[in-house]
Amino acid sequence: MKATNVLLTVLAAAVTLGMGAEAWGGTTITGAGATFPYPVYSKWAYLYNQETGVRLNYQSIGSGGGIKQIKAKTVDFGASDAPMKAEDLEAAGLIQWPMIMGGVVPVVHLDGIGANELVLTPDLLASIYLGKITRWDDAAIRKVNPDLVLPKKDITVVHRADGSGTTWIFTNYLTKVSGAWKEQVGNGKAVSWPVGLGGKGNEGVAGFLKKVPSSIGYVEYAYALQNKLSSVKLMNRAGKAVAPTAESFQSAAANADWDHTAGFAVVLTDQPGEASWPITGASFILMHRNQPRPDEARAVLDFLDWCFIHGDRTAMELDYVPIPDKVVDLIRAVWSKDLHDSSGRSILP
Amino acid sequence: MGGALSRFRSGGDTGFRLLTWCFAASVVALFTLLTVVLWNESLPALRTFGARFLVSTEWNPVRERFGAGIAIMGTLVTTGIAMLVAVPLSLGIAIFLSELAPHRLRTPIGAAVELLAAVPSIVYGMWGLFVVAPLMADTVQPWLGAHLGFLPFFRGPAMGVGMLTAGLILALMIVPYIASVSRDVFLMTPRELKEAGYGLGCTTWEIIRDIVIPHGRKGVMGAVFLGMGRALGETMAVTFVIGNAYHLSWSLFAPGNSIASILANEFTEADGDVYLSSLIGLSLVLFLITFLILGAGQLWLRSLSGGKEA
Repeated sequence: MKATNVLLTVLAAAVTLGMGAEAWGGTTITGAGATFPYPVYSKWAYLYNQETGVRLNYQSIGSGGGIKQIKAKTVDFGASDAPMKAEDLEAAGLIQWPMIMGGVVPVVHLDGIGANELVLTPDLLASIYLGKITRWDDAAIRKVNPDLVLPKKDITVVHRADGSGTTWIFTNYLTKVSGAWKEQVGNGKAVSWPVGLGGKGNEGVAGFLKKVPSSIGYVEYAYALQNKLSSVKLMNRAGKAVAPTAESFQSAAANADWDHTAGFAVVLTDQPGEASWPITGASFILMHRNQPRPDEARAVLDFLDWCFIHGDRTAMELDYVPIPDKVVDLIRAVWSKDLHDSSGRSILP
Repeated sequence: MGGALSRFRSGGDTGFRLLTWCFAASVVALFTLLTVVLWNESLPALRTFGARFLVSTEWNPVRERFGAGIAIMGTLVTTGIAMLVAVPLSLGIAIFLSELAPHRLRTPIGAAVELLAAVPSIVYGMWGLFVVAPLMADTVQPWLGAHLGFLPFFRGPAMGVGMLTAGLILALMIVPYIASVSRDVFLMTPRELKEAGYGLGCTTWEIIRDIVIPHGRKGVMGAVFLGMGRALGETMAVTFVIGNAYHLSWSLFAPGNSIASILANEFTEADGDVYLSSLIGLSLVLFLITFLILGAGQLWLRSLSGGKEA
């Protein structure tokens, strides 16, 4: 009896250790930050893991959290949708580059109205979020949507409760197109919303949109697709009502001046172009210039480089816009130049 | 030192007494440390805004103007609703379990009530968001709006999430605490008192009203304050269903914000010294509110017993 117990215990331990060894053997890279690119980062991480066994642990705690954690050096890289200014990057000893681009999409939950049926002008969107327009059957909305039957209900506005780069991109757009918004609210990762409910993360906003009737919110495009939310057509700068699609994001991204902006801090909202989606943005990765453990830094760069080379199709399947190859070359140059170990040598050969 | 400990004959007793003194002192030290740290960290915000911080209803991260008004109101209103609902409910459960329930049912129901206390608060929050909020939006809030809509508390769109739902979820969370402590208090009513009452011809209701409850008054108040302390600080359950809005409204259907909920949502993201300091200022305010309410409770309990016991 006793011998059997001992044997069973040893067997159980061996099996556990055996399974554990696989976990011990692989490397894990850690990152934290924006929820905007989380769908594509996690897909990339899954494919990279299948190929190389290296795991990515990415916590989508929001852009502000990502910046804080990378400054505190608790993660290998931080992710933020709101680009940091050159002075802030200098002060914190960080470098920044864009990893992926995508669109922020207003979504609605209205009975009888499907995806890309409702049209909104920039002014209407700002007025709804300012609380100036409170009912769906308001004359101004009906004027732009003469063929739709709009319900006679109050508009429930949904925004983000937490500080977020998605909010930063959205409020950046509203600040550009509405003087009233610029004065009353402004552009930020967290703002003083005049009206509405707050959801936690893109996931929280999507959740509210699914449950609360007659509501409007804004989410990153992948969340709208995955949760089957009805997106809205927006009038862009050229006066055309565009639906959010990969092509409209690419059109907005085509005009970005990557070469001449410090820290690649390009803002893609309200870009010219007939087919451009007005609320496009890039999501950025932040790393420290000084990498005291160059092997770990190289593991991170290997992963990110893999994403640049092999990740385009995955990104496009999720309706993100990959960074153009020219810009990727510029980014690799920045890696070689700016990332160094404690002795000052570049960590890349 | 020699005088105080001289009545202990063995070294073991002395050691034990010292040890327990240290434990007690560490609690006081922790309390003091917490207050000091909270005060220090919130000084930048307090210096910038002054006493206005407590009443201002502005919370603007872009312009860096912060005020605790909305958060304090939200915390007090949701706790108030929770107490209004939970106290009668808990007392009813306690009386049922101690006086009225058949003996066979007392243990299972008592265990069920205590198990509710073991449910993690985030589960309450998620249950509130997925089950209670749609129920409120489709059934309860329209009914309240139709029948009691003349009051400013029940106006506005029925979104399901808001102060009322948050208060109700909080009430369900604190019922186990108040109910189980109250039940234990009622069970301690001396049998002689009750039997004397029955001997005089009192009905069960009169026994409960005139003997059991007055005898257990202090214990029940203690239980109520225990529940209130929990409700004031509850974070995850509230943040799921309170709607996270930064404006005040008379209506209970409207979304709001509580101190704990703002901290949970914004602490990880706050950049900027004034922002962070304001958030810590909020936690200092919550600390003070809890301290004041529990302190007032203790004073009231002392006055109930004529100042003889704590």
